[in-house]
Amino acid sequence: MTVDYIVKRLGMLLVVIISAISINFIIPRLMPGDPVQQKMDQMVAMGGTVGDVQGMVQEYRKKFGLDKPVWKQFISYWGDLLRGDLGYSLNNYPQRVSSVITGALPWTAGLLITAILITFVLGILMGAVLGWPTAPRGLRGVVPVFLVLHAVPYFLLGIILLFLFAVSVRVFPGGGGYSFGTALQLSLGSIADVLKHAALPALSIVLAGVGGWALGMRGMMISVLGEDYINLAEAKGLKQRRIFLWYGVRNTMLPATTSLAMSLGHVVTGAVLVEMIFAYPGIGHQLYRAIHAKDYTVIQGIIVVLVVWLAVTLFIMDLIYPLIDRRITYRRR
Amino acid sequence: MSPDVLQVKELRVRYDTYSGVVNAVEGVSFSVRAGEKLGLVGESGCGKSSTVLALLRMIKPPGRIVAGQVLLDGVDLLRLSDEEIRLARFAAISLIPQGAMNSLNPVMRIREQIVDTMRAHNGGKSRAELDSRVRELLQWVGLSDWVANMFPHELSGGMKQRVCIAMAISLKPKVVIADEPTSALDVVVQRRVMHTLERVQQELGASVILSGHDMGLMAQFVDRLGVMYAGRLVEMGPTEAIFEDPLHPYARLLIDTLPSLDRKGDFKGIPGVAPSLLNLPAGCAFQPRCPHAVERCSVDEPAWQEARPGRWVACHLWAEGRR
Amino acid sequence: MATMYRDRAHRALRFARLNMLLVSGLAVIVAVVLVGYVGSAIINQDDARVGAFDPGLRPSRDHLLGTDRQARDVLAVLILSIPNTVKIGLLAGAVGLGIGVVLGLAAGYFGGLVDLVIRTVADVVFTIPGIAIMIIVATNIRTMSVEMMALIVASLAWMYPTRAIRAQTLSLRERLYVEVARLNGESGMELVVKQMLPNLLPYIAAGFVASVSGAILATIGLEALGLGPQGEFTLGMMIYWARFYGAILRGMWWWWSPPIAVIVVIFIGLLLASAGLDRIANPRLQRTK
Ligand SMILES: Nc1ncnc2c1ncn2[C@@H]1O[C@H](COP(=O)(O)OP(=O)(O)OP(=O)(O)O)[C@@H](O)[C@H]1O
Ligand code: SF4
Ligand SMILES: [Mg+2]
Repeated sequence: MTVDYIVKRLGMLLVVIISAISINFIIPRLMPGDPVQQKMDQMVAMGGTVGDVQGMVQEYRKKFGLDKPVWKQFISYWGDLLRGDLGYSLNNYPQRVSSVITGALPWTAGLLITAILITFVLGILMGAVLGWPTAPRGLRGVVPVFLVLHAVPYFLLGIILLFLFAVSVRVFPGGGGYSFGTALQLSLGSIADVLKHAALPALSIVLAGVGGWALGMRGMMISVLGEDYINLAEAKGLKQRRIFLWYGVRNTMLPATTSLAMSLGHVVTGAVLVEMIFAYPGIGHQLYRAIHAKDYTVIQGIIVVLVVWLAVTLFIMDLIYPLIDRRITYRRR
Repeated sequence: MSPDVLQVKELRVRYDTYSGVVNAVEGVSFSVRAGEKLGLVGESGCGKSSTVLALLRMIKPPGRIVAGQVLLDGVDLLRLSDEEIRLARFAAISLIPQGAMNSLNPVMRIREQIVDTMRAHNGGKSRAELDSRVRELLQWVGLSDWVANMFPHELSGGMKQRVCIAMAISLKPKVVIADEPTSALDVVVQRRVMHTLERVQQELGASVILSGHDMGLMAQFVDRLGVMYAGRLVEMGPTEAIFEDPLHPYARLLIDTLPSLDRKGDFKGIPGVAPSLLNLPAGCAFQPRCPHAVERCSVDEPAWQEARPGRWVACHLWAEGRR
Repeated sequence: MATMYRDRAHRALRFARLNMLLVSGLAVIVAVVLVGYVGSAIINQDDARVGAFDPGLRPSRDHLLGTDRQARDVLAVLILSIPNTVKIGLLAGAVGLGIGVVLGLAAGYFGGLVDLVIRTVADVVFTIPGIAIMIIVATNIRTMSVEMMALIVASLAWMYPTRAIRAQTLSLRERLYVEVARLNGESGMELVVKQMLPNLLPYIAAGFVASVSGAILATIGLEALGLGPQGEFTLGMMIYWARFYGAILRGMWWWWSPPIAVIVVIFIGLLLASAGLDRIANPRLQRTK
């Protein structure tokens, strides 16, 4: 891995973050009639029924200096962001957007990372075996099922699972991240409770994702198996298992990781909606609530976090690629 | 005369494709003597690769071996169990593949790929033993030690070809098959590769089966030559004898159209079109292009027979020793 | 004449047999669209009005799919929703594809700086979670319409086609016949239109299917979040309202399951079609067996 390569990837990371956040700043200002302004006028008119409205309006005015020229606003916006200041929630004034997010992020991260890893590993294994000429018949039979599941958007599958396992048969809780009224602690019971609440949301992501992975991986496996080096490996008298893992699967890992990276945005979007369905206390659910309450500062804050999170994940993946495939460092050197 | 190591009898390979059945190898019989260099020549698509791959039982779907025997020291490779044929591959009969360019695993170091070959057959060796054997093999094919640490994309085409040769001889097999080892290389490298293959035969005592387009190049290296046409062997015999007096009209045309000086180069000037294996004429497959065709040629298929001692041919002109 | 027709029919049949996937995918989609448009013409539109019947009725002979909490006939709402959702999908897909083809051709054909810029922009947009941008735009729009929805969604449906077309254009450009045409003095545009477009057709078709399904997925997501066209019937809005009124936890399966079923059928159709197109574009995936 060369410095040049890292610098290039880092540049890409910055471009992504800067442009996404700038869009986040610009679009609301392009729209006719600033909806934030509108909402504030509305709240002032209602006169302090929700929290300390006057205080917040003052704060907001001061912060964005709405009378100042746009470019000055833009600069102070960035200044605040860099200090980690995302402003106050419009609806619950003294609460900071950053505290809404830090409260929600661990839930989303935990759910998403676990679910994606399970999906990836299961999908890859299934696809690799399916691409192998002597795939077990039983496994082949399962494929259509997973393909149909794959055709269901994550959160719709979530609705179905919710209905089946929390409404019809009450095996799992109907929503939330932990049982209402209990305090979160590091006890076995508490952990079990959290896992129970995470089960259906995670299952939605896994079930809907595995089929797609398996199908993609099968395609990659078939095309790798057509390569000359597989033929030679067989002619060399290697054992099937060795050919499968070291000549087959290893060569599909690069395209597989690439498509994992490319699908992450998709997965994140899906997960946001899954959280909404299960009222899972992550950022997806917060986003839904904020959209409902037209809490624009929270919406924007969450979007900034989503963008940065995804971009950083992809950056890390870019750094991992060359370890998987030696040809990359070579080509880009 | 040394005994036969390999006898191929009535070998038949077919591919079931969407456009129809392709009989890529149709009743091919020949034998290879110990320490001999045998060449198979023919136009592209005439079934050379199918023939030699069948010897290792390496025909993949949609193709399959439908009939025949491949006797290696009297043991029929086509009747071995899957595990037995796996153990025979490269230990008894090895392959230098057509397209060595893409035959190495891109994500594995050269050392590991050579070691893999040896490990698959005699697991007991220590790492140090294996490593020193790799060094020895690389040296033998004229590559430096550091090549072992390289990945395939870091090597040139000729170097990859040599790595393939190193793997093919790593277990000292009785028969080494080189399927068009030179077609992707330039002339200078071609010759070097041919010389290396010659050493395989001289120094290791292995029999070498070589397939290729270039009859002239081939003629300079092999002891005996087999000419293939449309999935069939049409003539086989000592190289010099064939060049002096080819028996089959196709072989004669091939030799006549070689550039006269050093008799080298690809096929060019044979009149008529190369046959489609999907749609062969009745009788002799070469009949539409044959200048000597007689009535019988479009009815009966000529038999594969020994027209003179050591000279085999499939042509009605030689039926029952006529002419 | 007759033989020519027979021949053509024969070839069509042969194609259909070889590409069952594409044919059945298209058939599924056409069926859904027909149900939507024909059904919309047949049913009584008043049945879908708020307060038309009693709220929350289970399915019965009068209301095959029951009524919702706003006292609308679910079947009527469902049928009226299909054309709007299909319209958003097709419109967004077409816009996305149009942008994708132009950018992809430009990047692949001109190469160099043009390629670099287009590729970078596509990569950047790829990396931004689509929903983020769409939410920002959608939250800032006062009244959402079906057309507006399609445009918003289209803004993120162009990257796949751009990438695919770029890659194919590049590989076509390498091939000889384009060189030959260039030597024959054809201009750049002529070259693109006459030589390249026909060869790119399978990829363009695949790109269209991809952007349509991406677009439908995105609209349904946005609508479920409550950002859809409030006054319109769409499949996503049905799900939004069902959730809004707690239909899932209340066990009113007849309300939320029909739109899900239709959406799944649409996606299965699109999936089949794209798998079929994949076979045409990459024959290698086709196992001969
Ligand atoms: N995998 C396959 N599927 C279908 N047909 C095949 C396959 N492999 C070979 N064939 C057919 O079998 C015939 C013989 O092919 P083969 O590769 O043995 O010829 P070859 O003499 O080695 O040609 P070349 O010089 O091009 O390597 C060809 O006509 C080809 O069409
Ligand atoms: S059998 Fe007849 S057609 Fe065939 S090569 Fe001999 S003479 Fe020619
Ligand atoms: Mg060949």
